[in-house]
Amino acid sequence: MTVKLTVLSAVGSLVWGTLLAAMRVSPVPVMRGFGTLYVNIVRNIPLTIIILFTSLGLADIFRVTLGASDFKVQGFRLAILGLIAYTSAFVCEAIRSGINTVPVGQAEAARAIGLNFSQTLRLIVLPQAFRSVIGPLANVLIALTKNTTVASAIGVAEAAALMKTMIENEAQTLAIGAVFALGFVILTLPVGLLLGWLGKRLAVKR
Amino acid sequence: MSSVLYDTPGPRAKRRNAVLSVVFLVLLAALAWWVWKTMDDKQQLRWALWQPFTTSEAWTTYLLPGLVNTLKAAALSMVIALPLGAVFGIARLSDHRWVRIAAGVVVEFFRAIPVLLLMLFANEFYNQYSQVSSDDRPLYAVVTALVLYNASVLAEVVRAGILALPRGQTEAAYAIGLRKGQTMSSILLPQAVTAMLPAIVSQLVVIVKDTALGGAMIGYAELLSERGTLAANYADVIASFIVVAAIYVVLNFALTSFASWLERRLRRSKRSTGAVLGADDLEEMNPAAVNGTLGTGTYA
Repeated sequence: MTVKLTVLSAVGSLVWGTLLAAMRVSPVPVMRGFGTLYVNIVRNIPLTIIILFTSLGLADIFRVTLGASDFKVQGFRLAILGLIAYTSAFVCEAIRSGINTVPVGQAEAARAIGLNFSQTLRLIVLPQAFRSVIGPLANVLIALTKNTTVASAIGVAEAAALMKTMIENEAQTLAIGAVFALGFVILTLPVGLLLGWLGKRLAVKR
Repeated sequence: MSSVLYDTPGPRAKRRNAVLSVVFLVLLAALAWWVWKTMDDKQQLRWALWQPFTTSEAWTTYLLPGLVNTLKAAALSMVIALPLGAVFGIARLSDHRWVRIAAGVVVEFFRAIPVLLLMLFANEFYNQYSQVSSDDRPLYAVVTALVLYNASVLAEVVRAGILALPRGQTEAAYAIGLRKGQTMSSILLPQAVTAMLPAIVSQLVVIVKDTALGGAMIGYAELLSERGTLAANYADVIASFIVVAAIYVVLNFALTSFASWLERRLRRSKRSTGAVLGADDLEEMNPAAVNGTLGTGTYA
């Protein structure tokens, strides 16, 4: 469950985060304003509030159930929605800093050969930016893996929820705690190592 | 940078941008209208639901005590985590291999585990193995978890801050005959601490946000769980969420602004030799891949 939550929200927040980053550097002032506002607000709200809000606010008041019939599936989908909304703000910041590391000459050259804004961004700047932010994105991904535990607040049966019930039912608190801790170490460390290696391999040689 | 990505808009581009702005605004307005309409249908806009926040009762009974508890847990964790983090950060730079490796393992371990797991575990641990009364237990659990996690993050900050200082500082200190401890305490740390301040302040934002976990999962009476009581009392789910979120945003935005102001100020002043560690530099530090190794220090 933890892995499923992580993968789905990672893909979603990568897409939405990139869109937000594109908005924040776009020539349209309204989009720039919206992007900045979104990132600044979402980054400063605890994830717990966002996740609880998707359940208590979105589901109960706005009737956003995302086509789910029973409560468990609904909690799962809403948790993904909340995680995407939260993580994409961090993805956006990472990508934006990546865009800033691309040398000015690249964008100027792209404009000089007559590419417009979306072509410059899509074909020239973003591919280079992505390669340079693999490290920061890996950290966002690891943080996301850890953040999926918050979904237990709305009753998604992932690691933290499992651990809570197991600890309450069994006597060996220490053993159970150690097993779950080890599980997360195993989940996050290889991801960090792999992406660190990938980041070095794909780095733009200058 | 953003202006480098596109030409100065001419008449056609200006028109296109205006059209795009309008389309985007219309989309936003449609979303806002849908939100407004649903809230209206569900009677969430009635003044009775919002009116409690204009009276002092809601604030003094629920929100302010909650806020105080949030700040109390955050402040306690910060105060305990800072020295602990400094100790571990310095231990990771030790010349003795066993100190370095032991500190490295502890730091990497606690950075890899979600705070929430630590919190649940600490809560149950205190429940079974200690005499802490059940009133205090949530606070203890929240602070324990936040201290363990943030001390290991701060250890990385301290390490990065010390490593960011030029090698010449250490060499000069050795040259004038200072011992290792003296070099660390009178040459390296004072410079590193100034360099680290912005990063430390932004870590405070993380701590403030993470106290909310204690409210949701182990019943610590902080801002978020007080929101639950308040919403149960006045039946204003949406309104209370918005007010509480606004409090968090104001609090944390003040902290981030302070951090970036500090960073700018420190970058301007010439008293420190090291590079100033900003909030963004923190994100560069991957748990697994700090300096490309599994985390034992590379302090020469």
